[in-house]
Amino acid sequence: MKIKNGNSEYSQLLNRLKHYLPAQAPLKDFIHHNTLHSFQDLPFSEGIIKAARIFGYTVLLSKAEYQRYYQNGQINKEILIQHIKTKKGEKWEDWFSLLLDCKIKERALPRIGSLRSNWKNSYQIDLDSLVHPILFRVVSSYLDQGIALWNFPYNEAGFIASIRELEKVSKISFFRSERARKLLLNEEDVLDEVIQILIGDKQLVERYFFDQQFAHSGWSGMVSTVEDHPRFLTNHREISLRDFILFECLLEIDALDDQFGEIWSPIAIKASLIAVELFDDVQPDEEEECLLLWHEAFELSYYHQVVEALSMASKKVKSESLHSFQALFCIDDRECSMRRHLETVDPLCETFGTPGFFNVPIFYQPSGSSLLTKLCPAPVTPKHLIKEINASVQNSQEIHFNKHAHGLFAGWVITHTVGFFSAIKLVLSVFWPRKNASSVASFDHCAADSKLSVDYEGSDNQTQLQVGFTLTEMAGRVEGLLRSIGLTDKFAKFIFCVAHGSSSVNNTHFAGYDCGACSGRPGSVNARVIAEMANNTEVRILLRQRGIDIPDSTLFVAALHDTSRDEIEFYSPENIDQLQKGMFEQHKRSFRIALELNANERSRRFESISFNGNASKVHRKVKRRTVSLFEPRPELNHATNALAIVGGRHLTKNVFLDRRAFLNSYDYEKDTDGSTLNSILSAVAPVCGGINLEYFFSRVDNNQLGAGTKLPHNVIGLIGVANGTDGDLRTGLPSQMIEVHDPLRLCVIVEQIPDKIAVILDQNEVLKDWFKNEWIHLLAIHPVTSQFYWYQKGQFEVFKPLPLEGWDISELESHLYTYSENIPVTHLN
Amino acid sequence: MNTLIHVLIFLPITGLLISLILPKKNETFLSWNSFLVAGSQLVAAVLATFIWITGSHSTYDIRELTVFKSSGYDFYLDFYFDEITSVYLLIGALMTFVITWFSRYYLHRENGYKRFFNVISLFYVGYNITILSGNLETLFVGWEILGISSFLLIAFYRDRYLPVKNAVKVFSIYRIGDVGIIIAMWLSHHLWTSNVSFGNLENTELVHEHLMHHSVTGFFISLMLFISAAAKSAQLPFSSWLPRAMEGPTPSSAIFYGSLAVHIGPFLLLRTFPFWEHQISVRWMFAVLGLSTSVMATLTARVQSSIKSQIAYSSIAQIGLIFVEIALGIEWIALIHIAGNAFLRTYQLLISPSIVSYKIKLSNYQVISKQPVQHRAWTHRWEQTLYMLSLKEWNLDSFLYRRLWNPLKKLGSRWSFLTFKNVYVVFGVICLIGFFLLLKRSIINPVLLPYLPEVFAILGLLMVIKSFTERASVRLSWSLLITNHIALAIAISFNESVVFSHLVLYLSGVFVSGLVGHISIQLLRNHGEWVSLDRFYGHSYDHPKLAAVFFLSAIGIAGFPITPTFIGEDLLFFHIGERQAFLAFLVGMSLILNGLSSIRIFARIFLGPHVKNYHSAAKRSA
Repeated sequence: MKIKNGNSEYSQLLNRLKHYLPAQAPLKDFIHHNTLHSFQDLPFSEGIIKAARIFGYTVLLSKAEYQRYYQNGQINKEILIQHIKTKKGEKWEDWFSLLLDCKIKERALPRIGSLRSNWKNSYQIDLDSLVHPILFRVVSSYLDQGIALWNFPYNEAGFIASIRELEKVSKISFFRSERARKLLLNEEDVLDEVIQILIGDKQLVERYFFDQQFAHSGWSGMVSTVEDHPRFLTNHREISLRDFILFECLLEIDALDDQFGEIWSPIAIKASLIAVELFDDVQPDEEEECLLLWHEAFELSYYHQVVEALSMASKKVKSESLHSFQALFCIDDRECSMRRHLETVDPLCETFGTPGFFNVPIFYQPSGSSLLTKLCPAPVTPKHLIKEINASVQNSQEIHFNKHAHGLFAGWVITHTVGFFSAIKLVLSVFWPRKNASSVASFDHCAADSKLSVDYEGSDNQTQLQVGFTLTEMAGRVEGLLRSIGLTDKFAKFIFCVAHGSSSVNNTHFAGYDCGACSGRPGSVNARVIAEMANNTEVRILLRQRGIDIPDSTLFVAALHDTSRDEIEFYSPENIDQLQKGMFEQHKRSFRIALELNANERSRRFESISFNGNASKVHRKVKRRTVSLFEPRPELNHATNALAIVGGRHLTKNVFLDRRAFLNSYDYEKDTDGSTLNSILSAVAPVCGGINLEYFFSRVDNNQLGAGTKLPHNVIGLIGVANGTDGDLRTGLPSQMIEVHDPLRLCVIVEQIPDKIAVILDQNEVLKDWFKNEWIHLLAIHPVTSQFYWYQKGQFEVFKPLPLEGWDISELESHLYTYSENIPVTHLN
Repeated sequence: MNTLIHVLIFLPITGLLISLILPKKNETFLSWNSFLVAGSQLVAAVLATFIWITGSHSTYDIRELTVFKSSGYDFYLDFYFDEITSVYLLIGALMTFVITWFSRYYLHRENGYKRFFNVISLFYVGYNITILSGNLETLFVGWEILGISSFLLIAFYRDRYLPVKNAVKVFSIYRIGDVGIIIAMWLSHHLWTSNVSFGNLENTELVHEHLMHHSVTGFFISLMLFISAAAKSAQLPFSSWLPRAMEGPTPSSAIFYGSLAVHIGPFLLLRTFPFWEHQISVRWMFAVLGLSTSVMATLTARVQSSIKSQIAYSSIAQIGLIFVEIALGIEWIALIHIAGNAFLRTYQLLISPSIVSYKIKLSNYQVISKQPVQHRAWTHRWEQTLYMLSLKEWNLDSFLYRRLWNPLKKLGSRWSFLTFKNVYVVFGVICLIGFFLLLKRSIINPVLLPYLPEVFAILGLLMVIKSFTERASVRLSWSLLITNHIALAIAISFNESVVFSHLVLYLSGVFVSGLVGHISIQLLRNHGEWVSLDRFYGHSYDHPKLAAVFFLSAIGIAGFPITPTFIGEDLLFFHIGERQAFLAFLVGMSLILNGLSSIRIFARIFLGPHVKNYHSAAKRSA
C-alpha cells in the first residue's frame, strides 16, 4: 500500500521535512557535504543563526574559545577592531568590551520539540524511551546490509508491507494493545486516522512530524536518503519516510494505549498555544552578534596572512627550460605538502593540481565482482564502465567475522579452538601491529598486475553502460584535463598522474579518508585510465589535430599515493625502454624521499611520535598507525583545511600553507572564454566547500552535527554507527577527525581578472549563491596588477592586507617537524 | 606462595592508589602505571601458576586478618588458590595487560582519560579480590567493587542520556545479584553455625552431613548463588543487560563484557561446586537454565543488526553452555571454554569497527542470491514468531520493569504525604514507638512479639520504596535512605541476641555517609543549582569534585565496603533467626532498593545531559 509522496496530501510536508533531515549516505558511500545544506539559500550568518534557534545546534565556537584564540594571537587585535568598526561604526567600543566579557549566558530553548514535550509535561509519559528502542531495532533490522544472520522477512512492497506481513503471520505482536495492531493490519492508508488519534489537529501535523523525526534525526535522515537513493544499498530495501513515520506513530499510539487505555485525548487538546512557528524569521541577539563578530575577525586574521603572503609571490614567468618530470596531483589539501616536498627534492620538476578523478567519470567493476563502484564526483552519473581483468585477487578471510562464531554448537567448537588463537592474535596485534584481513589498504583498490578495459568494447549486457572509451572520447577526456590545468605545451619526458587513497584499520568512516572526487574511493583506476588514454598513439594524433602536441618521447605514468602511510605505488606502463627506465627509477627515488619528508612533517601533529631526526624511523611509526587497531587517528585527513587556490603554481610555490589549501592548477591566459574556470569552480565550490563546511559544523557542534567521540561507536547494519545498542545513528564526523580543525570558512582564491569572474558567476546562479551567501568566500587576484579583490554581496571590492608579523623561514625550518599547532603562513625564500 | 598471593592482591590496589593521585593531564604516567601494574601482575600470575603446577597441586587457603569478631560471628578475610583461581588469574592478567596498552593510545585526548584508567584499576582490584577470595565474605568485597566499577564504566560518557540510563539499569540487575549473595551468606551462617571458607567445602563429608539435616536451606543457598551468578553473567531472565552495557569505549566493553566481568558467574558456581555437587535437583536446574539461555541467546544473536549486541548475545549463549558444563561437573572443559570465550569475544569486540570495510569488500565478490524458500504454513508461522521474539529480545528488557519496578513505583506513589519537612517528624514518632516497645519488651504480649521485627522491617521497606520512587525532592529521598537503615536496625533489635555495639557499627557508616550526602546536596543548592529527581541534571559538568564526594557517600550509604556498614549489613543478617525467612526477605529487598535508590539519586543529580545549555550537548537519543 505504498503511496508515492507525489499524490498524497502530506507530500509537501514530507518533502520539506526531508530537506532538513541530515543527508548522509550509508558508510560505504560517505561523502562530505554541507551539514546545514538546508539553510544554504540564506546568507551564512542568517542561516546558521536560524538553524541554531530552530534545532538548538551550536553553530559557532564559544566566546571563551574565541577569546583564547585572541589571547594566543590567532585573532589579530588590529583586525578585530577594524572589523567591529566596519560593522558597528561609532559604537565599536561598547561592542569590543562586550566581546571580551566573560559572562556565560544560557540560551533559549530551541523551537524543535516544544509540541511533543507535552507528552511528558501534560501526560507524564516518556514516549521516546518507550518507542525509540523498538523503532530503531526494527528499522535497523529491516535495512541491515549483512550483520544479522537471520534477516528481516522482506516484502518488495516496502517497509509497512513487510511489517504488516510479519505481524499477520507471527503469533506475537509488535504491539501491546489492540488498536495499533488493527490499524497496522488495515490495508487502507491509515495515516489520516492515525493523525486524528494522535495529533487531532491538521494544523499541527507538520510541527509534530518535525518534532518526532528530529528526536532521532540520524535514523530519519538515513531512511530519507535511502528512499531517494536506493542504489546506496547493495541489498535493495524499499522504504519511505512516510512509512517510517506511520510505524512510529503506531508505536506511539500503542504506548499510550498501553498506559491509559484507549481513552486519552490527542495532543492538540492539551498543547498550549504555540507562539512562534518553526520557521519564523529570527533576529540575532546580542550574544549571537558577538559570536559572529568574533568569528569573522577570526577568519579575517587568517585571510590577511594568506593575502599578504600571496601578494609577495612571484609573477608568472615563462620558463624556457624543460622540466625533469611533471606530476598531476589531486586538489586535495593533503597533497599540498607532498608537492612542496617533491619540488624541494627535485627542483626541476613541475606539479599540478586537478580533481583526482582526472576528468574520467567512470563506473568500475573489479575483477570477480558483479558490483559497480562509482569513481567520479558525487553529483555526476558516469556513462562508461571500466572492467578490471585478470587481477590476482587475494582476499584473506577473517575468522572472527565468520558467522559460525555466533552459532551455538559451532560457537562451542570455535571458542575452544579459535579462542586461543584470538589470544595470540590479540597480543600480536596490540604489540606488533601489521596489516591483516580487517584493515583497509588503498593499494587493494585495484590490483597492479590487472588490465583495465579502457578501449571501446560496445555496451555491457547487464548494466547497459558503455564499456571503455572510443578514441574521440579519449582524446576529449585528455584534452579536457590538460587544458583545465593549462598544460598544453612543454611536456616533460614523464608525466605522473598521482591519485590518492588512504589505509586504516578499525575505521568506520574510511570512505571519508579516500578521494572526495572519486566518491570516497582511491583514485588509482582513474589515474590508470587517463594515463593509458594519453599514451595511446592514436589519441595523440587526434590531440595534435586539436593543437596539443605531446611528443612521442613523453610517457604518462599512473600512481597512487597512500596519504595515511605516505607510500606510493606506480602502475608502470608496458613499453618502456632502457633509457626511460633509468630516469623512471630516478624519479621514483625522488618521490620516495619526498614521501618520507612528508610523513615527517605530518608527524608533528601526532603526540605519540616524537621527532628525533631519524626520518625513516618516524616514517615507520607513521605507517604503523595505519595498521594499529588502537589508533583512532590514522591520519588527520582534511582537518585544518581553509583555502582553495585556483591558479598557477607560481602563486603558492614559495608560500608555506601548512597543508591547509586545496590547490587547483589554472592558467588564466589560456582560458579566454572563462569556460575552464566555470567548470573548475563548479567542482571546487561543492566538493571543497562541502568538505570544509562538514568539518566546520562537526567541529563547532560535535555533539549534534558531528558524530561525537568514535570510541564507543557500534556498527549498525553496516550502514551507520551509533553509541551503544539503543542509540540513534550518528551523522557528521567523529571528534577524532575534527579536534585539531580550526573552523574557518573556505576561502577560494582565483587568479583571474575580477570582471571576468563576475561574468562567469552571473551566468551560473547555483555557483554564485555559494559565494554571494558567503557559505564560502571568494577572493580574486588580478594577474596583472597582483591586486586582491573580495567578493561581497555580489561585488568585487579591493582587499588590502594588513602587514602582519609572521614567521620567518628559519623559524619554520626549526619547527616544521615538531610544532604541533597550526604554523602561520610563511614565505619560503 | 603465600607472599605471592599477597602480591597478587596488593599490586592492583597499589596501582589504583597511584592512579588516583597522579595528575589528570599526564596521560603517559597514568597509562604506564596501569600497564606496569598489569604487566607485573601477569608475571606474578604466571609465577604463581608455575609454582602451583610444579609444586604439590594442593590448594592454598590462607586465613587473613579478622575484621570483626564477636560471639558466634567472625568476619574474616580469606584467600584461596587452586586451578580455578589460576585460570581466572591468567585470563584477567593477560587481558588487562593487553587492554591497558591498547587504551593508552585509543583513549588519547579523550575527556576522562584519568577517570578511565582509575575505573579500570578499580575493576581490576575487584576482579582479583573476587577470584582469589577464600570465603563468601571476601568474595563479596570484590563482588561489590566489580558492580560499582561496572556502573562507572558504562556511565563513562556521563554527559549523555543513554549511557547513564543503561548504567543504572545494569546496576539494578547487579544489585539483585548482590543480595543473592548476602542471603546466601545468611543462610550459610545458619547452616554451618559459623563462617566457613571455600576450603571447608572441600570436605565432602562435612558438607554432606550438614545438608542431610537442612536440605531445604541447602537448596535455597544454591538458588541464591545461582541468582547471583545468573545476574552477573546475563543468564535468563537477566540477559538483556549485557548488550546495553556496551556504552563505554570499545576496549573497556571488550574487557568487561567480553571477557572478565561476564565470566564471574561461572566462577561463583565453580567455586561453590562442592557445596551443591550432591544436590541433583540443583544441578538439573542449573543445566536447564543454562541451556535455555543458550538457545534463546543464539536465536537473538542471529537477528541482531548491530555488531556489539550480536557479539554480546553470542557470548551469553556460550556462557549458558558453560553453566551446563559446570552442572555436569566437567570442570576442565568449562575452564577451557571460559578462557576461549573470553579471548574470542574480546578480540571480536576490538576489531568490530572493521566489520564495515571487511564485509563490504567481501560482498563485492560474493553477492548472495537468495532463492525464496517454500515453507509449509505452520513452520512459517513458527519461524516468524521466533524471529519476532528474538527481535524483541524475548521481552526481557521490559520484563523487570513491568514485573518488578513498575509495581514498586505504584506502591511508592501512595506515600505522597511525606515531604522533606515532615519526614524526620514522622520518622521520629516511629522511632520513639520503636524504642518504647524495645524498652518495654516485657510488657508486650508474647504472641505479638515475634511479629514486631517484621512490622518495622516493612516500615523500613516502605520508606526505601518511597525513596526509590520519589520524583521531586532529593533531600526527602536521601533522608528516607537513612531512616530505612535505622528502621531495619530497630526491627532487628527485637531479636534477643542483638548486641548494641553491632548496631553502632552498622549505623555509624550510615550516619557519616548520610551527613556527607546532605552537606553535598546543600553545597550544590548554595551554588544556586536546582536539583530534583524528575530528570538527569548532569551537575558533574560544573561540579566534578562535589560529584565525587557525593558518589562516595552514595556508595557508603548503600553498604559498599568503604564504611563499617558493609560488615554491619552482614551482621544484620547474622541476627536474623533461621526461621525468620520473611524478615530476611524484607531486609534483603530493603538493601537492594537502598543501593539502587542511592545510585539513582547520584545519577539524577550529577550524571546525564547537563541541565544548562550554554555548551553543546548530545541529543537524548544519541
